[in-house]
Amino acid sequence: MIEVRWHGRGGQGAVTSVELLAVSAIAAGKYAQGFPSFGPERRGAPVAAFTRIDDKKINVRSGIYEPDVVLVLDASLIGLVNVLDGLKPGGKLIVNTAKSPDEIRKDLHFSGTVATVDGTGIARKEMGVPIANTTMIGALLKVTGVMDLDAMKESVEHRFGRIAQKNLNAMKRSYDEIKISN
Amino acid sequence: MGKRIGMEVAVAVAEAVGLCNIDMAAVYPITPQSHIAEHLSDLVADGKIDAEFVTVESEHSAMSAVIGSSGAGARSYTATSSQGLMYMHELLPIASAMRLPITMAIANRAVSGPLNILNDHSDIMPQRDSGWISIFVENGQESIDMSIIAFKIAEHKDVMLPVNINIDGFQLTHMVEPFEMPTQEEVNKFLPPFVPHATLHPAKPVTMGAFAMSDYFTEIMKAKDEALKNSKKVILEVWDEWAKLFGRSYKPVETYKADDAEVLMLTMGSMGETAQMAIDELRAKGIKAGLVKLRLWRPFPFEEIKAAIKNAKKLIVTDRANSFGGPGGPVFSEIKSALYAEVQRPLIYNYIYGLGGRDVPVGDFTGMFEKVLADTANKQADTYEFWGVRE
Repeated sequence: MIEVRWHGRGGQGAVTSVELLAVSAIAAGKYAQGFPSFGPERRGAPVAAFTRIDDKKINVRSGIYEPDVVLVLDASLIGLVNVLDGLKPGGKLIVNTAKSPDEIRKDLHFSGTVATVDGTGIARKEMGVPIANTTMIGALLKVTGVMDLDAMKESVEHRFGRIAQKNLNAMKRSYDEIKISN
Repeated sequence: MGKRIGMEVAVAVAEAVGLCNIDMAAVYPITPQSHIAEHLSDLVADGKIDAEFVTVESEHSAMSAVIGSSGAGARSYTATSSQGLMYMHELLPIASAMRLPITMAIANRAVSGPLNILNDHSDIMPQRDSGWISIFVENGQESIDMSIIAFKIAEHKDVMLPVNINIDGFQLTHMVEPFEMPTQEEVNKFLPPFVPHATLHPAKPVTMGAFAMSDYFTEIMKAKDEALKNSKKVILEVWDEWAKLFGRSYKPVETYKADDAEVLMLTMGSMGETAQMAIDELRAKGIKAGLVKLRLWRPFPFEEIKAAIKNAKKLIVTDRANSFGGPGGPVFSEIKSALYAEVQRPLIYNYIYGLGGRDVPVGDFTGMFEKVLADTANKQADTYEFWGVRE
């Protein structure tokens, strides 16, 4: 089982991303859970969302405390919230930033895998908006290999209709452009 | 087996209700039930189902409206949570006394105060004696299945009682997870049209919910009790029928590795599957632990509970609510009373946990087992404890 914690701000679409990812994984024949950090959420305030993906039925229904992967949608949260909290020592940290993985590694003193991509820049170019939630799904799939990028197509088309292709293009670019430092 | 799809459970519940040919829904939105209200309202507004969606101004009105529409012979649905359920309270016994087969989802949430929007069972417990059939579900699939099954149970001529389906708020309602959604054809085959016993109509006047003084009130209360007790037979039949059609079987009491267990735990609702993982961990260490899941809260399945726990030395009853100043959690006191006359019965421990959304990871469940096993002098038996409370 792979457990992912997403960090974002209310309104940046972390919950949409975990939903799309879970729906796509299930459509691809896997078992998955996607859920927000339960409770009231406010636009702009730090929020977390969670994904579990496995090949067999998932029974656990408690929170995720020791994720395999942490994905940071908004790099301004680094320093405000402890994004490394509980992340397994050999875990993977993915950050939406123009900085290099080594710069982030130095900032956070993290020994596991660090991967970065300018998701916001890609989203701006591909979709004309600085919202990188779907874009960063591409990065996550590249770093984890949990499933193929193609598996996202159906749920993204269902969710976004005529702007689906732009989302898929952005996702593909972050998949291709993510820089990974092990 | 159908194809597994992924969807948020609350939305899926509304989809499932949408397959049930309802005539009317009156739902006032409240967190964490809101997505049921919103999506059902969408289904009606988009013309996907032919039903009336009454936008009431409160839960009291929602329940009043479904009582009226059910009396008029309409298949009627509502859903609520927490304070909304408390606000409905005075109408719940009226719905059951009038023998109206209303179906209601409850996205279980703590009641105020202090204000809290997260999951526990303190909303349903004060409704226990309202005369409703009360079912708890443990995952998304059950939430969907029971949402459909409830209509058939409620409307059966030998039942004619309202049913509430308890779906843990957030923990279940806000979870995107896999399940199989029955098709419209399958539901049509399972669920016949609603044939009411009597209907309110100006052309053929009848009285429902009449006045009764001491001359008849006792008899009506006895009739209500008998009706609720008798409903179990139909519940079992309908669940069996569901199992034959869909391959998913439901029982009032489910067990997991309980047959040879020396220590058992009892859960209700969404905690069951996480507790199951704790049982596996304990078994791997050679501890004979087992699990009992209570699905049917009313009518209470006395025989099934007794059969499930009779061989255990110790039983941990978990509760997601408390009876303040009383004997402990409401499930605990129910189980104790069910076993009072038994010659052979386990020592019973009660942990009140997961209040107001406090998370309960696997380690907490194993911790409860370890604590009970360490109580070799049995000093903590028959007592209750707020698990993990800071003092």
